[in-house]
Amino acid sequence: MQKFEYVSPTTKEQAVALLGENWGDVEVLAGGTDLLSLMKDYITTPRRVVNLKGIAALSGVRYSASGLRLGALATFDDVLSNTAVRRNYPAIWAAVEGVTSPQIRAMGTVGGDLCQRPRCWYYRAGYGLLAKDETGHALVPDGDNRYHAILGHNSGAYFVNPSSLAPALIALAAKIGVYGPKGARQVDAAEFFRAPGGDGEREYQLSPNEIVTEVLVPAPGGMKNATYEVRQREALDWPLASASVALKLTGRNVGAARIALGHVAPVPWRAGAAESALVGKAVTEQTAAAAAEAALADAKPLSRNAYKVQLARVAVKRAILAAAG
Amino acid sequence: MAEYKWPEADKRVHLGKRISRIDGPEKVAGRAKYAYDINRPGMLFGKIVRSPYAHAKITSIDTSAAERIPGVRAVKIIQGPGTEIQWAGDEIVAIAAVDEGAAEDAARAVKIEYERLPHLVNEQDRSSIPDSALIPTAESVVGDPAKAFSEADVTVEGVYGNEVITHCCLESHGQIAEWTDENNVLLHPSTQSVSSVGGQLAQSLRIPAGNVHVKMDHIGGGFGSKFQIDRWGVECANLSKLAGGKPVKLMLERDAELTVAGVRPSIRARVKVGAKKDGTLTAWESETWGTGGQGGFGTLPVPYVWTGIPNQRKNQTTVKTNTGPARAWRAPNHPQVCLITMAALDDLSAELKMDPLDFFIKNIAMTGVRAKVYEEELLKAAEMIEWKKNWHPRGEGGAGPIKRGLGLSIHTWGGGPHASDCDLTIHPDGAVEVKMGTQDLGTGTRTVLRIVAAETLGLPLDAVKVMIGDNRFPVSGSSGGSTTVGGISSSTRRASTDALNQLLAKVAPDLNAQADQLEAVGGRIQVIGDSSRGMTWKQACAKLGTQPLTVRGKQPGQGTLASSGVGGAQMADVSVDIETGVVKVNKFVAVQDCGLVIDEKTAESQVFGAMIMGVCFSLYEERIMDDRTGRVLNPNMEFYKLAGIGDVGEMKVHFMKGPGYDDRGVIGLGEPPTVSPGAALSNAVANAIGVRVGTLPMTPDRVLAALARKGGSNAKI
Amino acid sequence: MSSSGDMPDKPNSGVSRRNFLRGTGLVLSVPLVAGGVNVVTVEGAAVQVYGPDKVQVSLNINGQARSAEVEPRTTLLDTLRNDLDLTGAKRVCDRGTCGACTVLIDDKPVYACSVLAIDAQGRRITTVESLSSNGNLHPVQQAFVDNDAQQCGFCTPGFVMACKAFLDRNPNPTAADIERGLGGNLCRCGTYVGVRAAVAQAAKARPQRGGRRNG
Repeated sequence: MQKFEYVSPTTKEQAVALLGENWGDVEVLAGGTDLLSLMKDYITTPRRVVNLKGIAALSGVRYSASGLRLGALATFDDVLSNTAVRRNYPAIWAAVEGVTSPQIRAMGTVGGDLCQRPRCWYYRAGYGLLAKDETGHALVPDGDNRYHAILGHNSGAYFVNPSSLAPALIALAAKIGVYGPKGARQVDAAEFFRAPGGDGEREYQLSPNEIVTEVLVPAPGGMKNATYEVRQREALDWPLASASVALKLTGRNVGAARIALGHVAPVPWRAGAAESALVGKAVTEQTAAAAAEAALADAKPLSRNAYKVQLARVAVKRAILAAAG
Repeated sequence: MAEYKWPEADKRVHLGKRISRIDGPEKVAGRAKYAYDINRPGMLFGKIVRSPYAHAKITSIDTSAAERIPGVRAVKIIQGPGTEIQWAGDEIVAIAAVDEGAAEDAARAVKIEYERLPHLVNEQDRSSIPDSALIPTAESVVGDPAKAFSEADVTVEGVYGNEVITHCCLESHGQIAEWTDENNVLLHPSTQSVSSVGGQLAQSLRIPAGNVHVKMDHIGGGFGSKFQIDRWGVECANLSKLAGGKPVKLMLERDAELTVAGVRPSIRARVKVGAKKDGTLTAWESETWGTGGQGGFGTLPVPYVWTGIPNQRKNQTTVKTNTGPARAWRAPNHPQVCLITMAALDDLSAELKMDPLDFFIKNIAMTGVRAKVYEEELLKAAEMIEWKKNWHPRGEGGAGPIKRGLGLSIHTWGGGPHASDCDLTIHPDGAVEVKMGTQDLGTGTRTVLRIVAAETLGLPLDAVKVMIGDNRFPVSGSSGGSTTVGGISSSTRRASTDALNQLLAKVAPDLNAQADQLEAVGGRIQVIGDSSRGMTWKQACAKLGTQPLTVRGKQPGQGTLASSGVGGAQMADVSVDIETGVVKVNKFVAVQDCGLVIDEKTAESQVFGAMIMGVCFSLYEERIMDDRTGRVLNPNMEFYKLAGIGDVGEMKVHFMKGPGYDDRGVIGLGEPPTVSPGAALSNAVANAIGVRVGTLPMTPDRVLAALARKGGSNAKI
Repeated sequence: MSSSGDMPDKPNSGVSRRNFLRGTGLVLSVPLVAGGVNVVTVEGAAVQVYGPDKVQVSLNINGQARSAEVEPRTTLLDTLRNDLDLTGAKRVCDRGTCGACTVLIDDKPVYACSVLAIDAQGRRITTVESLSSNGNLHPVQQAFVDNDAQQCGFCTPGFVMACKAFLDRNPNPTAADIERGLGGNLCRCGTYVGVRAAVAQAAKARPQRGGRRNG
């Protein structure tokens, strides 16, 4: 880890003023579960670290008639222990429960989950977000891409977005609250993430001097929802593929559907084709499978990860069936 | 008078009971000090700069910037310009500084230039390996395999394998070295070889062998990878010398630990086996290859256990790769050859439409001298897992996406005793000490020493003080090959027996008896069977006068207290989700023979641990090399995956004990139960899903690929 | 003393992030300060800036006030181990995966390798060393001994702390709860059978379920 100066502001105004105008000069510290590893591996070498945990306004989980507010500093434990989340937003609850380490659940925050960096092993070894060697050769397409993207990698970013919460938030049409020098703004969860075009960019729609302050999830309004993750181990492990689904149901009939996949693309992947395939139909094993087929119809697996197409299909199917109950 | 043999079953007080390990309390309290935990006054921290390239020639090294970093106390070039590096992660420059931050800053300030050379790091695809990297061994033929295959009613051919795995010791390799004066070094290593590692270091430092004092109370895992002083050990001492003798702590970081500190070689094999339609096994043919880095890994014992298959043809090739070197890994070579053998035989039994349990027992005579043991163990294991009730023909794992299956395997190991000296001291106040230059890898060595001494002297366990982990204690062997328990229990039994006999001789006149009419039981010395004619242990020891009595016991020595050669059987019950390829262990049972069990509790832990390690390498762990960069892609514990507490299923262990087993004496246990898990789990998965997942670990991608080969069980979701 | 993998990062990379920074300079509205503790005015308020050189950190560890001179980059784990000689928590993966460094902060289990020491100020830190006193083991520790839930013992202190935190929140766990609630600790020797039995025993040993906390 490179030396840095440390500052712990108490308001978001102070925090934002302490950030830089270029990525990488200053990093934001919340739970620390990702940032410390990134710094230890010299993937990021900030000169200043701004700890957000002193900002009380960023904490808390609150449920009301208008919906759910997750403070950016709410920990996974805070989310899991909230009975309203479990009752109304099982898609969120299951995504958080899938982080099977109590230590990570105690430390990890909502904002950190959204802004954590990719786990791509080439990126983590220092070859950059786009994973190129010194000759500019892209390492992922003909390298070991067993855990890489099967969708959305046209831009040259092959990593998968690692967020646990994002697919659920997208399925539930959540908004992400952001604060910066120009004040507060909100971004649809579905628009928050992006595939970077270069190593100096980030995977989310923030300016270097903006921070995530909160996540706002609309009232469930009868939307049945679920998350299904395909994970190999019970021990702390990344899902190989995951899907979150929210359905407006009349009996078994789908009036509206929002479906998002995790760990399959550089961004959490909204599966519009699967939604269309499901709307107007009754949820059955067959219609769920057909929606899953539609979700992955455009998949372009790399040399070693065709199996992830199958896993993603299973995740979509099982999430639909779980949501319908 | 006590003799050099173990007491009969009805006379055993401690031996074979369930006794908690004696260093348990200090370990759970966090008080146990490992090398990594030793903090010495004025201690410096060492770091090593490593090669980023798998194959390269060093052209220049500039350490000047590193030397200017405040706090840096020593910089040493380990491999200079002109050196050809053969694997990424090899050591080039060592640095010591006053704290870790400064050492790390300095390490990053070293500038090294390389001329890159072509590398080979993967050997999965045999056809892409250049001839120059292949080292074949001579073909070996038994009987007439061509004729036997032509006459076989049923023949199956399969491809099997296991990726390279690492030891992944939780305490990484490393040590603290300091020059206590200009000729003497104090070394706190993490080693499986307390008695020999000091001599290795002394030789490298060109000082007398006795001038390195080695101390190690605890070691955080070794598994065969910690027998040597290693280059980083020597350079740690060199840094200390450069820094005026100050202690230097140099422990490998996790990425280096997983890159350079030892691997188990991979295995790939094409195996063909043949049988008569009644299930009689007739022929074996195998072509195996694998890699353990630049070196070889000896002649593989195939067919494993089934050495009596009458017709065999065997070829073996070692592939040289630019990867971190292999080291002994818990039962070297055995898990790999067990997998390819038991899997091939399991496939043959499936082709014959036979229950593999029946097939194994029908042919069990071909396993040789331990056939009877294997048969008994297989039947016991079958009872534990309810094989006859739960087994179904291959592929009939039930309706729905979750398929259940059973698999089995058998294995063997030597485990004979290593050489060991033991000093047992009886003090006039009754205190008893055992001293030995051995080490407790977590196997329970300390506990065994205490049990044997207390048993022999008729004392309660806490009356014996055990002192190990110091090379100034009597020499004892390295802890490898499951040789420790036999060696250390034998020398301790002899030392205790001799000491007791000397004590009995001292007290015999007071009891109006001959020494050989006396016994030590229940903390007393008495006439055999007559508690009215005796005295307390303390009273007896007082007869020693002012001088303590120290006796040296040796292994080898008189009488047979230990022997070698065990068998074991394991059976696994798994569920496979054929839509996702995720495998879960439901139940896993082991039946093991290890001669006389000294402590059933810690012995059981050895077997559980071996089975769990087996689950790890069967389902999760593999070292992943990148062809283009030549580097390990998963030198961390995130993607070098180990099983967690929820991943191992229900486990049961049964020891073969009693007549025919106990009377063989003590035999090592650490390795044998690690051999079968890969085969048992692979066979269980094949039984569940109807197709062989050829290569371990059986990750979802490999399981789904096997199902696709079978004809698309996973084509629909 | 911060840690790092000692494998090199990207070899011969033309533009490492480090060089990039040096080359372009920083664009900060609040400039960097040099060393020690400084006060800067941010949005009209005084804010303390620490480091990048060593600063004094004050920690509440096992009910005692402790202090150390460390750089802001130093982890809590390394401070405990290197500066305070509390070596029960182990450094194994050093990347928040294996659990060997588990300590409690405000009664919750955390990976001490992934917490900056400077960031742990003002919070209650509990390490394995505090669980036993005068040779009396905590019920969780005793259960580990009784059930041989350890071999080499290097993962054990972290596992003990994770189990204690788990039982404090789940005083009456089922077998499935135990398997699901301890997924943040890894063992290489394979002691999980013993750990499961130990947690079950320690749960039974509690005099009042759900109420009193041990240790």
